[in-house]
Amino acid sequence: MSRLDGPVAFRGGGFAPRDRAWAAVATLVGVVVLWQAGASAGVIPTLFLPAPISIARALWSLTVSGELWKNLSVSLMRLAVGWIVGTVFGIGLGLAVGLWSAMRSPGMAIVSALFPIPKIALVPLFIIWFGIGEGSKLATLAFGVFFPTVIATAGGVDNVPRGLIRMGQSFGLSHAAIIRKIVLPAALPAILSGFRVTVSIAIVLLVAAEMIGAERGIGAFVLSAGNLYDTDNLLAGIVVLSVLGLVVSWTIGRLERIFLKWRA
Amino acid sequence: MTEGLRLTVDGVGHHYGGLQVLRGISLTAEPGQVMVLVGPSGCGKSTLLGIMGGMLAPSEGVVRCAGDVPADCLNPLTYVFQDFSLLPWRTVAGNVALVLEDRLNRTDCSARVAEVLALTGLTDFAGAWPRQLSGGMRQRVGIARALAVHPACLLLDEPLSALDAQTRDLLLDEFSTLITQAGTTTIYVTHNLAEAVRLGHQIVVLSRRPGEVRDVLRVDRPLAERSAADPDLVALEQRLWRMIRDDAAVAERERIDVAS
Ligand SMILES: Nc1ncnc2c1ncn2[C@@H]1O[C@H](COP(=O)(O)OP(=O)(O)O)[C@@H](O)[C@H]1O
Ligand SMILES: [Mg+2]
Repeated sequence: MSRLDGPVAFRGGGFAPRDRAWAAVATLVGVVVLWQAGASAGVIPTLFLPAPISIARALWSLTVSGELWKNLSVSLMRLAVGWIVGTVFGIGLGLAVGLWSAMRSPGMAIVSALFPIPKIALVPLFIIWFGIGEGSKLATLAFGVFFPTVIATAGGVDNVPRGLIRMGQSFGLSHAAIIRKIVLPAALPAILSGFRVTVSIAIVLLVAAEMIGAERGIGAFVLSAGNLYDTDNLLAGIVVLSVLGLVVSWTIGRLERIFLKWRA
Repeated sequence: MTEGLRLTVDGVGHHYGGLQVLRGISLTAEPGQVMVLVGPSGCGKSTLLGIMGGMLAPSEGVVRCAGDVPADCLNPLTYVFQDFSLLPWRTVAGNVALVLEDRLNRTDCSARVAEVLALTGLTDFAGAWPRQLSGGMRQRVGIARALAVHPACLLLDEPLSALDAQTRDLLLDEFSTLITQAGTTTIYVTHNLAEAVRLGHQIVVLSRRPGEVRDVLRVDRPLAERSAADPDLVALEQRLWRMIRDDAAVAERERIDVAS
């Protein structure tokens, strides 16, 4: 037999990571400062990786000359239209797959067969179908956004507590009211996390499509800067894409906070 | 309003796949009276209640309802659920409004919401989210929502079973009053015999699975005159317990085998 003697040791800590907004900002600022310091000290060859100050200067002159907005505005337009089209159709099919047996297996068969195709491989085909103009770019985006949206929505609908649907039926709510007031709100958290994924996919596909055949747009701008070995402008374009991603993800975070405030 | 519906269960049987759950059930729920269904776990009480309210199609037999429904009734057969079934993204008032808003104009809807929230003591909680409420308050929302449609028949499936013992006693008194006031036909499922003797005009004792009607006891004393300490009711509760005790013991063991 062994003896215990003394205070009981605490052992229930950890496994509770916390969000710290200041740490997120400080990390980004720190990386940029180190990068600039490295470039100024000559440790980082600016021929291969321009210093943050040169990138900032390039961004500034692009902004003043209107060059930035000229490219960014068409990109944003493509992003918005392509994403919205893919999302609307994706939520529609996702709901149908989640709600009706007649749609379920056929819908999922098509999704499973087409989802794994790298959408970039389809760009040449879309150019043949929709022409070299806007049509092929929007189709690439919409197509890329569509499948993950179907999967997120159908998964969300599958997880709607059946008891809530039965409750709606037992009070005589119409089919449409049950979908609108019970199924959609219950699936909304899953749909919104799907948005995070589809927006990043859309940005990737946007740049890819703009690199394959476009005169304007951030992708086309980055490609032409690269062709000229103009690394300042190349990096400026990449920074714009990064900021775009941050802004969009922040917006979705806000949407989640507004629409899901009941979860808190 | 006291006219209400008569619900007649006629030769109802039910099986899930190969599992026979109910057999040869025939019962009549009298207008304006409370019928309590008691029986051991898994004997098919929820199944029978689902069949009575049209939420489940019976394998055999029919359920008929007959009687006058008040003109302002929006949903004759109305449930209260054991797990409350509240929408977490709607406030208390929003959960009640859910069952009214497509059928009443805005003014009538908020008037009815206010009326039932006052009736159930929820007025101060109209703007609260369900997650902010205790179990007892959530079930008050459940009963408020059911009363809001001015039902002709209330069907309650173990409405107090998810609550702690003290809350259950408090709500039992309130339910007794609300049910008397509403004067609707009421079917009340429970495995708690104290609830059964407090609320039932008819107490239907079901056998273990497959559930059959073992006995129907009648209690004539008005609900308003019953109390937890009433010696007659305590004696009746003990009689009921003797009747279902052995079944309950067997049923409890059975569930372990069947559990999947
Ligand atoms: N949807 C279902 N599918 C298969 N078996 C079920 C289903 N619902 C209930 N059962 C089974 O039927 C029996 C009766 O269930 P239920 O009516 O819920 O009993 P009670 O409410 O009296 O506890 C139980 O053994 C249960 O496991
Ligand atoms: Mg049950």
